[in-house]
Amino acid sequence: MARFENNLWLHRFAVVTALATLGLIGIGGLVTSHGVGMAVPDWPTTYGYNMFFFPISEWVGGVFYEHTHRLWASTVGLLVVALTRWLGGNTSRRPLAVVGIAEIAAGMCVLALWPHFKGMGFFLTGIGGVVLLAAMVPVKNQPANRALVNLGWLAFVLVQLQGLLGGLRVVLFKDQIGIVHGMIAQLFLLLLCLIAFATSQTWKRLEEWKDVRVSKAVRSGLSISLVLIFLQLVLGATMRHQHAGLAVPDFPLAYGKVWPPLDDVSLERINQQRVDSRDFKPITAFQIVLHLAHRIGASATVVAVALAVWRVRREMNPIPWLARMASLWLCVILCQAALGAATVWSNKAADITTVHVIAGAISLVLAGVLLAVTLRLHVLHESGVPLVQRSALGKLSMPSQPASAV
Amino acid sequence: MKMKQHMLIVAALVGAVQIATAGDITGKITFKGAPAPEQELPLDPGCGKLHSTKPKTRFYVLGAGGELADVFVYIKDGLTGKTFEVPAAGAELDQRGCEYLPYVSGLQVKQKLSVKNSDPVLHNLHVSPGAGSGNKESNKAQMTGSKAMDYTFDSPEVFLKFKCDVHPWMFAYVGVLEHPFYAVTGKDGTFAIKNVPAGKYTVEAVHRKTHPSGKGESKEATVGAAGAKVDFVIEKK
Ligand SMILES: [Cu+2]
Repeated sequence: MARFENNLWLHRFAVVTALATLGLIGIGGLVTSHGVGMAVPDWPTTYGYNMFFFPISEWVGGVFYEHTHRLWASTVGLLVVALTRWLGGNTSRRPLAVVGIAEIAAGMCVLALWPHFKGMGFFLTGIGGVVLLAAMVPVKNQPANRALVNLGWLAFVLVQLQGLLGGLRVVLFKDQIGIVHGMIAQLFLLLLCLIAFATSQTWKRLEEWKDVRVSKAVRSGLSISLVLIFLQLVLGATMRHQHAGLAVPDFPLAYGKVWPPLDDVSLERINQQRVDSRDFKPITAFQIVLHLAHRIGASATVVAVALAVWRVRREMNPIPWLARMASLWLCVILCQAALGAATVWSNKAADITTVHVIAGAISLVLAGVLLAVTLRLHVLHESGVPLVQRSALGKLSMPSQPASAV
Repeated sequence: MKMKQHMLIVAALVGAVQIATAGDITGKITFKGAPAPEQELPLDPGCGKLHSTKPKTRFYVLGAGGELADVFVYIKDGLTGKTFEVPAAGAELDQRGCEYLPYVSGLQVKQKLSVKNSDPVLHNLHVSPGAGSGNKESNKAQMTGSKAMDYTFDSPEVFLKFKCDVHPWMFAYVGVLEHPFYAVTGKDGTFAIKNVPAGKYTVEAVHRKTHPSGKGESKEATVGAAGAKVDFVIEKK
C-alpha cells in the first residue's frame, strides 16, 4: 500500500487544482467585469443544449465568457472531487459512494416532483454521477492526515455549493447570490492553496524550523491583514455585483472633493453626466459610500500588510523563503492598490478590473499561507520547547532542568 | 365614388363627435445645457458586421434647436377611477443590428408586446423590472430566426427595462401604463397624446438621462375641444 507521505503526485495534483481555481476566478471575474452574468439564460443547460455540446459557433459576445466559466467550473469540480478521493485514500470510497447515490436520488426526485426546478435536478444528478464515478475509481493509498482529509471534504462541499450558487444566481435573478458566489470563490481558492501547501515538502520541513519563535505580534499582524483583505474582497464583490459601474469616477479625489456631496440634487447631476454604453443603473449615495469605504479599507490594508511584512522579515529571518514570501506579498498588495487606481482611471476596463480581482485573490492566498505557516511554527515551537523555556513564558515551571537545554 | 363620399361623411361625423368630447395633448420638449457626449458601442465582430457605420449610444438625441427625442410624455394624474380597454393591437420591439428598436416606447398594462429578433445572431431577452414594481423579471433565449416572443405586464412601470446580456450595450425602455395616454417625442422634440377625454390632467415628461431618478417634470393641462398644448424646457442641473 502506497504510503501517504512523500506523495509528490498528490501535491502536484493539488497545485494544478489550485491553479485551475485561480483561472476560474479570473474567468468568473471577466463575466462580471463584462456584465454578462445573465448572457446564458438557462442553467445547467446552455441555450437549451447540454452545456458540453453547445456549438462553438454560438459562443458569441457575453455567451463566450459565461459559457467558458461554466465549462471551466465543471473541470474544477472534477479536479476537486478527484482531490477529495485522493486525499481520503482508501477511506474515501464509501462516503463518496453514499453522497453520489444520494445526489442522484435527490436529483431524480426534484426532476419528478418539481419540474419547475429541473435545472437543479439535472445539476444534482450530474454531479452525483461524477461523485459516484470517483468512488468507483480504485485508489489504494492511505488517507492523508485527518486535518488534510477534512480540508478535502470542505473543498468537496464548497465546490458543489459554488456550482449551485452560480446556477441559482442565473435562474433566480439575484445579484446578492453573485456577491456570495464571488466571496466563497476567494475562500475556496485559499482552501485549495492551503491543501496544496500542506501536501508539499516545504510544509513537512517546517519541523526543521521549530526553534524559531513566532511572536504574538507576527501572528496577530498576519491575522489582522487577512481579515482586512477579506473585508476588502467583500466590499469589492458587493460593488461589482450592483452593476452600477464606477460610483466614483475619479481618483484620488472623489468628484473633485475629499468627500463628495451626497444629497439628491448632487446625485441627480452626477447621474445625468454618466453615459456608458452598458447603461448602468443610476448610482446611489450608498454606492458612493461603499466605493469610498473600499478606498479607505485599501489604505488600512496596505499599512497593515506593510507592518506585518516588516515584523515577519525582522523576526523570522532565519527562514529565508518565508521572508521572501512576505516581501512578495507586500509587492502584490502594492500592485493591488495601483490596480485599484487603474480600475478607476480606465473607467473600469474589463481586463484591468479582472486583474484587480485576481490580484486580490492572490493577496488573500499569500496572507492565508503565511498565517498558516506561522501558526504551524508556533504550534511546533510550543510543543517542542523544553519545559524550562516555557516557565520563562509563565506557563509551567520545572526548575530541575537546566536552562541551557535549548 | 359615391361609396367613398359616404365614408368621408361618416368619418367627418365621427371626428366631430370625438372633438366634442376629446382632444390631443401636444407639445414640444427642448433641452438646455450641454449633454454628456455619446459613446461608441463596443460591438463584437458578429454585431459589427451588421453596421456600415459605428453606432453610438442614444442617450441624448437632440435637434439643432435642442429638441429632445425619446422623452416619454404621459398623463400622470387625472384619470383615477377610470378604466381603459386593453388595445387589441399589440406593440412591437425589434432587435436589429444588435440594437433595440424603438429605444423608448409605451405600452398599456396587459397589452401584448411582441419582441422579435431580426438579427443573424442570438440574443437573450432579459426583462429587468424595478424592485417592487410588481412586474416579473425574466430571461429567455431568442435564437436566430426564432419567432417573436410575446409579453404582457400586470403593473404600470415607467421605465421597464429590456436588455440583452450577450450584448451588454443593448437595452430598451418601455413605459407601462394603465391607460393609453402617452407619447414618445420624435427627433423634432414634439409629441401628441391622442384622443384624451376633456378634463384637467397632470402631464409628466420623463427622459432616461435628464431624469435618472425616474421622476420627470410635471405640468397641468386642461383638455377642451381644441385639445391642449404643453411645452417643456428641460434644463440640465
Ligand atoms: Cu443581444
